[in-house]
Amino acid sequence: MNQPIATLTDVKKSYRNGRHKVDVLSDLNLEVKQGEFLALMGPSGSGKSTLLNLLGGMDKPTAGAVEVAGKRIDKMNQTQLAGWRANHIGVVFQFYNLLPVLSAQKNVELPLLLHKMSAAERRKRAATVLEIVDLTDRAGHRPAELSGGQQQRVAIARALVTDPMLLICDEPTGDLDRSTADEIMGLLETLNREYGKTIIMVTHDPKAAEHATHILYLDKGRLSTEAAA
Amino acid sequence: MLAAIKQALAIAAINLGSLRNRLGASSVIVVGIAGVVGVITAMLAMAEGFQQTLEGAGRTDQVVLLSTGSSDEMSSGITRDVVDIITSLPDIARDAENTPLASPEVYVVSNVPKRTTDTDANMPVRGVTLAAPELREDFAIIEGRMFQSGRNEMIVGRSAVEQFKGLDMGSVLSARGSQWTVVGIFSTGGNVYESEAWVDATVAQTAFRRGNVFQSIRLRLEHEDAFDEFIAALETDRRVQVNAMRETDYFTKQSQALSATIRGFGFAIGLIMAIGAIFGALNTMYSAVSARKVDIATLRALGFGSFPVVTSILLESLILALAGGILGGLGMYFILNGYTISTLNNATFSQVVFDFMVTPELLLSGIVIALLLGLIGGLLPALRAARVPIAVAFRDF
Ligand SMILES: Nc1ncnc2c1ncn2[C@@H]1O[C@H](COP(=O)(O)OP(=O)(O)OP(=O)(O)O)[C@@H](O)[C@H]1O
Ligand SMILES: [Mg+2]
Repeated sequence: MNQPIATLTDVKKSYRNGRHKVDVLSDLNLEVKQGEFLALMGPSGSGKSTLLNLLGGMDKPTAGAVEVAGKRIDKMNQTQLAGWRANHIGVVFQFYNLLPVLSAQKNVELPLLLHKMSAAERRKRAATVLEIVDLTDRAGHRPAELSGGQQQRVAIARALVTDPMLLICDEPTGDLDRSTADEIMGLLETLNREYGKTIIMVTHDPKAAEHATHILYLDKGRLSTEAAA
Repeated sequence: MLAAIKQALAIAAINLGSLRNRLGASSVIVVGIAGVVGVITAMLAMAEGFQQTLEGAGRTDQVVLLSTGSSDEMSSGITRDVVDIITSLPDIARDAENTPLASPEVYVVSNVPKRTTDTDANMPVRGVTLAAPELREDFAIIEGRMFQSGRNEMIVGRSAVEQFKGLDMGSVLSARGSQWTVVGIFSTGGNVYESEAWVDATVAQTAFRRGNVFQSIRLRLEHEDAFDEFIAALETDRRVQVNAMRETDYFTKQSQALSATIRGFGFAIGLIMAIGAIFGALNTMYSAVSARKVDIATLRALGFGSFPVVTSILLESLILALAGGILGGLGMYFILNGYTISTLNNATFSQVVFDFMVTPELLLSGIVIALLLGLIGGLLPALRAARVPIAVAFRDF
């Protein structure tokens, strides 16, 4: 239960914006243990998404080490990273990012195209996760025919279908109303408690953060357990 | 690698599935490339048809003689005495009456109004002896009869009748100050002579005030291998200043200059249009890619590699280009193939009538051109889609 699954050591991330250099993260250290549900909060522009992208292997640090499940992913090249993401990470976005031309079922099957398995096996797995998110009856619908909350549940199913060791969610309820947000948070909490999924979630919503097991605040490039006053 | 290709196909299938929503923009590629391929195909089909018309004519055992320094009949002149020397040389085939199979011919052009535009164009008028038909393998009178020697009578080629006004049976044509009655229509198997009118050579020399001069001689050798020997014999007599070539070579030469011009012109227009089509394709693919920037970034976030993303976008533009190539090529095939036109043969300043020939080779090269355009149009947008960092793609949508 308390093995570290993700470790950031002295991580620095800066962007070059023309001639200006913006230091978003500096000397940042973080350890996330297996089975944790971490909520990451902080003001807009503080670097939460940047941090999440580093953990998910979608971006690389300027300096420092990013170790996930014993692998130094900051040392991988783009191709290795893509393969690694396919095998180990599930991503949930604020705006769901479902492919509009595919049905819910096909959207969920999508990541499985990167795995060796038969079409029948893909269908079966997708159906299983759609059942977990309680959308079996909407499997044939396209995203445009689903509500925001339903779309986000499809997106969560898509993130789960490969059984990743780490689920990263960037403001998963940011586009949803209160009750729908609660529903989604309830689902994430279930995934964490009952299915043992490690989740790192960025959110602005304190009520959403309450569902997490830990909360960290990011401000001016530093992490703390206390919200800045 | 195999996995990457499978991924690419999977993404391409998804992209093509969304093509329906982007029909308008995508048709820019199809139509643009169809236009390029259509124009190039049309011009090449014209060159092809022209070449085949001229090259279709001729036998290897027949010789065409023009005066030295002339490459065409317009500028050539051979006097009667030289004709007599040449026709008495050995190696020339003979007919049943043992006369040499040789045809000295007078060649002039005359202004005749065209049926389509009613404007005058040059029609070749050929003064011939009775040996002339024998030296055109497929010569046949298809209507009326042969002209009679010593009379102002004319037979006209099948294409000439279609092309020019006032050549119908029985009509009287005024050509260069003399009157000719059309008494027959002939064909020569679809080659260039069908665009001409034929009259008696002696009458022509008088009517056109040519003295005792001919423009060309055609003759048949006993065998095609006798050519070198015949040339050697020609060259021994210093009074004979002629340029002799196999009939097949003569026609090839005649066709080359113009078909090269047509081809060059076709490629020049094609090139300009191709540049336009490439920009059209680039633009379409850039907007297709930017419209799907989030989709593409999402796929990459899920673990799809850059190579499949690039390949899938290329595949889409190639498929659109292929559609354009097929549309342009087949369009031209159905519109133009076999369509008869006439053009100025700039070697002789006379009309040559020929068909457009949209050959399978032309269709194939049209498709190759289309695919090249699609490749160029798709590559840059595809690379951009694959290069932009995932985090950036999500940030600014
Ligand atoms: N690709 C980039 N190029 C330049 N600057 C960037 C880039 N990505 C992020 N930044 C900058 O880094 C800082 C942190 O951005 P990030 O998106 O991580 O913030 P965030 O905490 O997720 O904010 P929000 O709550 O608004 O989503 C911002 O100042 C942003 O402008
Ligand atoms: Mg953010």
